[in-house]
Amino acid sequence: MPKELLEGNLAIAEAAIRSGLEAYFGYPITPQTELLEWMSKRMPELGRAFLQAESELGAINMVYGTACTGARAMTSSSSPGISLMMEGLSYIAGTEVPMVLVDIQRGGPGLGNIAPAQADYNQIVHGGGHGDYHPIVLAPSSVQEAIDLTVLAFDLAEKYRTIAIILAEGCIGQMMEPAELPEMRPPRRQQRDFVPPDWAVTGSDGRERRILTSIYLNPNIQEGVDIRLMKRWQKILANEVRYKEYYLDDAELVVVGFGTAGRIALSAVRAARAEGIRVGLFRPISVSPFPQKELAELSKRVENILVVEMNAGQMLDDVRLAAQGRSRIEFFARFGGVVPMPEEILSEIKRMISEPFDNQLDARQSWLRRLELLRASEG
Amino acid sequence: MVAPLENEMIIYERPNSYLDVVTHYCPGCTHGIAHRLIAEVLQEMGLIGKTIGVASVGCSIFSYNYLGFDYAEAAHGRAPAMATGIKRVLPDRVVFTYQGDGDLASIGMGEIIHAVARGENITVIFINNTNYGMTGGQMAPTTLPGQKTTSSPAGRDVETMGFPIRVAELLSSLEGGCYIVRRSLHDPKNIRKAKQAIRLAFEAQVRGLGLSMVELLSTCPTNWGVTPVEAMKWVEDKMLPFYPLGDFKVSPELVNLKIKPS
Amino acid sequence: MPVKGRIEVDEIQCKACELCIDACSLKVIELAQDRFNSKGYHPAQLVADGCTGCAICALVCPEAAITVYREALREKAGEHP
Repeated sequence: MPKELLEGNLAIAEAAIRSGLEAYFGYPITPQTELLEWMSKRMPELGRAFLQAESELGAINMVYGTACTGARAMTSSSSPGISLMMEGLSYIAGTEVPMVLVDIQRGGPGLGNIAPAQADYNQIVHGGGHGDYHPIVLAPSSVQEAIDLTVLAFDLAEKYRTIAIILAEGCIGQMMEPAELPEMRPPRRQQRDFVPPDWAVTGSDGRERRILTSIYLNPNIQEGVDIRLMKRWQKILANEVRYKEYYLDDAELVVVGFGTAGRIALSAVRAARAEGIRVGLFRPISVSPFPQKELAELSKRVENILVVEMNAGQMLDDVRLAAQGRSRIEFFARFGGVVPMPEEILSEIKRMISEPFDNQLDARQSWLRRLELLRASEG
Repeated sequence: MVAPLENEMIIYERPNSYLDVVTHYCPGCTHGIAHRLIAEVLQEMGLIGKTIGVASVGCSIFSYNYLGFDYAEAAHGRAPAMATGIKRVLPDRVVFTYQGDGDLASIGMGEIIHAVARGENITVIFINNTNYGMTGGQMAPTTLPGQKTTSSPAGRDVETMGFPIRVAELLSSLEGGCYIVRRSLHDPKNIRKAKQAIRLAFEAQVRGLGLSMVELLSTCPTNWGVTPVEAMKWVEDKMLPFYPLGDFKVSPELVNLKIKPS
Repeated sequence: MPVKGRIEVDEIQCKACELCIDACSLKVIELAQDRFNSKGYHPAQLVADGCTGCAICALVCPEAAITVYREALREKAGEHP
């Protein structure tokens, strides 16, 4: 397929459609509304199901219904709407049916603003809905990556009967970049000899009837179900970790950042390299399963890690867990919708290289102090 | 089932799809009657293998253990949205929700109103017994003024707790409903009429006419603190005046539909 | 001549709610006092002649515990059914 100039939201939507998406239910919320609008045009054109639901609550439950039939279903939202979907996600996880969710994050908490942020990490990665479950979470840092990860999300969701989430920021949704869309794959239901998955509820003609539920009043039975979920997660952990490394071979400082933060950090890392500083970037692509083993190994040979995010330090704790105190870990972030600049990150890299480590201060405390100074200097 | 004697015929036996399992419902609970009627109707229409039920949260949370067809469990109040997600990808199947007062008229009010407004081609069976049964008898949007419940122990005070909601009337104001009716399960005559309404509701779905809903005035002997027989009387004496039976919206295509009695 | 009817009550299903007893216009159903099922309910049973197989008891039974039988009428020449 040729490259086209594509807006992120639209590219994600079209990638899902070309992955054989059968139903999209959503609700307008900035900065992902274009995704809904593109779906509202394309899905009916292709004879597939589209509905603007009464709320995000309605949307996630419609997706839950479609997912129970074994059809490919997706919804999308942004931070406040994602909070509304948490209950639905927990039910979908407990019922063990596959679905794809797209979170185009914005500033918060509360109503916040419509500028980009990464403050949904904990909610999304550590399973914001109640109960023990882990979704697969993929964080793109470009429109092309968003397309590729969307296609992957559907396959992974189905392979493992789990939830796969695209965790992006408002800027990914809104920006336009040249990117290539995949070939059109029709929905499987349209293929001859299509047989729904053996757990799907589709009407019991010709077979035993099936029930899909997430309630198991007997705790022993629920524990058994939860064990099944955890064993499935172990398989995902072993097989679906994804990340990208840049300039790590001789690095004495590694920046760790995902999504947009990772992309901006890459500019800073390249600028630092141009000045002769031995710095590299580790960019998790799957933030769930988190590349814990890889970061643990990294922390054994690299003394300095700078975590860069657009939140108050959420992935930071996962990095610290992986490093087990082996490296000096510092933190830099702009948040609340403010986007960090490459110069700010470069300045942090230089500070870390030249300053001795003050281990009296917790990484977040020291960051907050520096951030206030930075904001004061911004006027 | 005991077989008939040599010169006998069977006048009535349990429908196969009302599974021969002892239910958890209280003695005399009209959930059992509603379940039985649904099973009878879907069997008579030959639709058991095409049906997908959506269970809701309330006493009927395990309705899927008692009705023998494909079923999915919804979150509290969300059954109409879930049913929408199923019906939109499987439009030739019969999809229905079975919901109580709290599920449909309280937490689920947004979902049901929009499902009706959209004219979602599903069927909704709404069990109105003026309280939240499963959780022990709390006030519901359908609790009558002055009615004592565990969360309105002095009786429902409309000044502070507001007025009950007449769901069938409310939903009939929306264009997407094709058959919005209220029936009762409190005596044999009304049970027969309820069955006819349930039949018409599923016929409406099969004909793609929009959303069909049957509100069924039902009993809750345990939380009302009365015997099953007294509870039936309570429906007649106390509920009927407030929740009148009737057809609040009927599509023209349904008005003249003649169904052959089974 | 009234038709002869008969009911069988599934004693495992019956919850002794007495709706059938209340509904029966011929008053031929009562709860069995001499036995109870594993849940502790005295099941309903036919206690007298007169059942016409009208099936109103089955209509009100929430457990579908009642099976209703009726004598099959044979048409003989010259006899009214």
